[in-house]
Amino acid sequence: MSIANETARPAVDWRSVEVTRFRKRRYAADRRLQFYGMGAIVIALGLLAILVTSLISTGYSAFTQTMVTVPIELREDQIDREDPFSANWRTILRDSLKKLTPELEASQERDYFALFTNNAQFLVRDQVVKNPQLIGTTVSFTFPVADPVDQLSKGNIDRNQPEQLRRVNDVQIAFYDKLSEQGAISVPFNWSLFFNADSRFPELAGLAGAISGSFWALLVCFLISFPAGIAAAIYLEEFAPKNRLTDLIEVNINNLAAVPSVVFGLLALAVFIGWFGMPRSVPLVGGMTLALMTLPTIIIVTRASLKSVPASIREAALGVGASKHEVILHHILPLAMPTILTGTIIGLAQALGETAPLLLIGMNAFITSPPAGFLEPSTALPTQIFIWADSPERGFVSRTSAAILVLLSFLITMNAIAIFFRQRFERRW
Amino acid sequence: MVANTFLVIFLLTIVGYVAARIHAKSVLEKVGAQMHSRPIYHGVNAAIWTGVPALIIILFWLMFQNTVINQLLLGLFEPSRIEAMTSADKSLLISEIRQIAAGRIFGTPEDMVLAAAQKLNDWTWIARASMFAVVLAACLAGVAFGLRAIGPRFRARYSVERSLNAFMIFCSFVAIFTTIGIIASLVYESYQFFSMVPAYEFFFGLRWEPQIPLRADQVAGLGAFGAIPVFVGTFVIATIAMVFAVPIGLLTAIYLTEYADHRVRATIKPLLEILAGVPTVVYGFFAVLIVAPLIRDFGTGLGLDVAPRSALAAGGVMAIMLIPFISSLSDDALAAVPRAMREGSYAMGATKGETIRKVLLPAALPGIMGGILLALSRAIGETMIVVMAAGLIASMNINPLDSVTTVTVQIVTLLIGDSAFDNPKTLSAFALGLMLFLITLVLNVLALTIVRKYREKY
Repeated sequence: MSIANETARPAVDWRSVEVTRFRKRRYAADRRLQFYGMGAIVIALGLLAILVTSLISTGYSAFTQTMVTVPIELREDQIDREDPFSANWRTILRDSLKKLTPELEASQERDYFALFTNNAQFLVRDQVVKNPQLIGTTVSFTFPVADPVDQLSKGNIDRNQPEQLRRVNDVQIAFYDKLSEQGAISVPFNWSLFFNADSRFPELAGLAGAISGSFWALLVCFLISFPAGIAAAIYLEEFAPKNRLTDLIEVNINNLAAVPSVVFGLLALAVFIGWFGMPRSVPLVGGMTLALMTLPTIIIVTRASLKSVPASIREAALGVGASKHEVILHHILPLAMPTILTGTIIGLAQALGETAPLLLIGMNAFITSPPAGFLEPSTALPTQIFIWADSPERGFVSRTSAAILVLLSFLITMNAIAIFFRQRFERRW
Repeated sequence: MVANTFLVIFLLTIVGYVAARIHAKSVLEKVGAQMHSRPIYHGVNAAIWTGVPALIIILFWLMFQNTVINQLLLGLFEPSRIEAMTSADKSLLISEIRQIAAGRIFGTPEDMVLAAAQKLNDWTWIARASMFAVVLAACLAGVAFGLRAIGPRFRARYSVERSLNAFMIFCSFVAIFTTIGIIASLVYESYQFFSMVPAYEFFFGLRWEPQIPLRADQVAGLGAFGAIPVFVGTFVIATIAMVFAVPIGLLTAIYLTEYADHRVRATIKPLLEILAGVPTVVYGFFAVLIVAPLIRDFGTGLGLDVAPRSALAAGGVMAIMLIPFISSLSDDALAAVPRAMREGSYAMGATKGETIRKVLLPAALPGIMGGILLALSRAIGETMIVVMAAGLIASMNINPLDSVTTVTVQIVTLLIGDSAFDNPKTLSAFALGLMLFLITLVLNVLALTIVRKYREKY
């Protein structure tokens, strides 16, 4: 009957104008969708490109630092050999700075001294206290210039602007140019970005405290979440009976993975700090909080990798008389380890970038010395970025970008290690 | 002292392990195959008995030592004086005593406080010494038990495996403990908040001005805890983020699964994953440094009035963060559609675009909806971008060019630098946190249910 119907219909002329037009319209719609898809990808990747370029273009200048080299006369009548610490370092430094520019007028002194970093006297003092034999000689010291001058030397300040709009005045520019002509100015690589702790002055601020704080917090996070995650995964995958309780555990693990990070911060603040009386701002509490956040990731990854080990290995081990624990500890777990490590490193990389919970437990304090352990107050890399991003000085903008670049390079390194592990050691069964 | 105690536990554990193993080996040589467990299990068993009880004791001791000593310190003062103090005053007094005990004296403290500091030092020493003694005794008892138990019939392997099971079960329960901890802390602190501020004011009030004076002489607002403007702000920013992220993410997924060839897919997917791996604090800085000024300049050029911390900037940057998330979840949903449906559609003469629009998208819709709900829950819970790029003042408006605040911004700003949980200002953060937790929980459960239902279909 259907055949009869088919033949009853008038034959379609596939070459007729309206059918061709209809087909063209359909193809055009198809191409449009494809075009929209390409557009979406271009937008997404374009945003990534803008993000990276803007970070690099604002951050690269913080990897160098304008320094000034000044010969400083350490006269014995000014410095007590027995107690170099309490000499009048401000006067000693200023005397030497004045000698550098003999034509300095008294009215210009204020502007002139503002060229150099505020803490120059302490930098000189610390050097001399460390090497008391320097007293009595003239030593040339190299220390950073103040932030506005640093920006001037890097070309971030327009000399043609009216004086009151600039953060360096004409007198200072004249002095800077003179120093530059004398060869006292240099722009070396900014090691202090990595070896100094935080400071109110951008030219002295560095990431040492933040990096070591992040290191201690991640160490605590790893020491807690790695064994606990593997143990929990082994139990749930290999031993747990299927009942309400284990279902509840699984629902909990899946849900914890999606709880906003700031809620973990509230938990840490109320429980660890409020109820248990742990100290604020320390990497130990930060690491414990991050461990709670990383745990679900590690459990999920470990379970998947335990599942992927073929049953034949398990059966062979059981066959030669191993106990269930021995099968898992001696055979299954070693074979699953590369995948577990890959997942753990990726989880730790996420934890390294986590900011909000660390803010709530006070790891955004202003601390001028790196922590010596996980019980000393410190910041972490992401919270340091947050602190610097909030600081008004121009120098902190490029330092924030530089800190972000440092953080991103840590993340890239960790992910690269994870990929290496996966490709080098992972077995396909 | 604490570090030394840990060191002693560690060393004695090793001693217990080695001693038990050697002893078990000598027994094994005597009795041969009658021995139930291998020497290594006897060693591990002794190590567990030595180390684990001592570690549990020391952890509990450290957890409660300060609380107990603080109570004892407060007991030194006249009871009437202590009763008159608020908890903030008490913690101030205790920290003063602790500062003095550590040798940092500021000004001239009263004699009572100096005496308390002296007592504190004595007590701390007594506590440390007795902790050391107790831990040492526990360790030695563990070694003794471990060694005494060794014999051909002692089933050391079973004992070790039981301990291992206990450890594994404990670790599995950590997830439950965490959830209980979150709920307990949020509910407890919110309960305190609602005993100070009526619940109807929080849920229905239209003004949010939590900066109340903490001291009598401080100049600050009168305090108003109506959370509606905060939630409106959260809703505005999340909506902006979703408006940008959903189409871009979905179209990206469609192109990558259906149009792109293998090579293109292999290069673009990892690039998108980079976007997902960037920490949110970086996005926040990007919003402040680049996007917000750009939107402001652009808007001002058009003659519009744009706030420096506009909702559009925060929401737009949040969208960048969400694109890879939505894209990968939609990708999964599209890839899960059975091949037969796709091929059936092609066999009918449909173009790729028609197949996608009329067959794949309807079939994958539950999965995509689940992904969008998960993304929405992320957008609501996202913190750093809004803390850096959105406003602090709660205003009831939905203009994307204006500045609005969000739940997470308020939580962070209320709690930074404040730790006394005895005033509505800090406690309100926990009430907001409880709401945030519940909202995201509902969204997550909903999303997972939708996705699971859909998976059962094929």
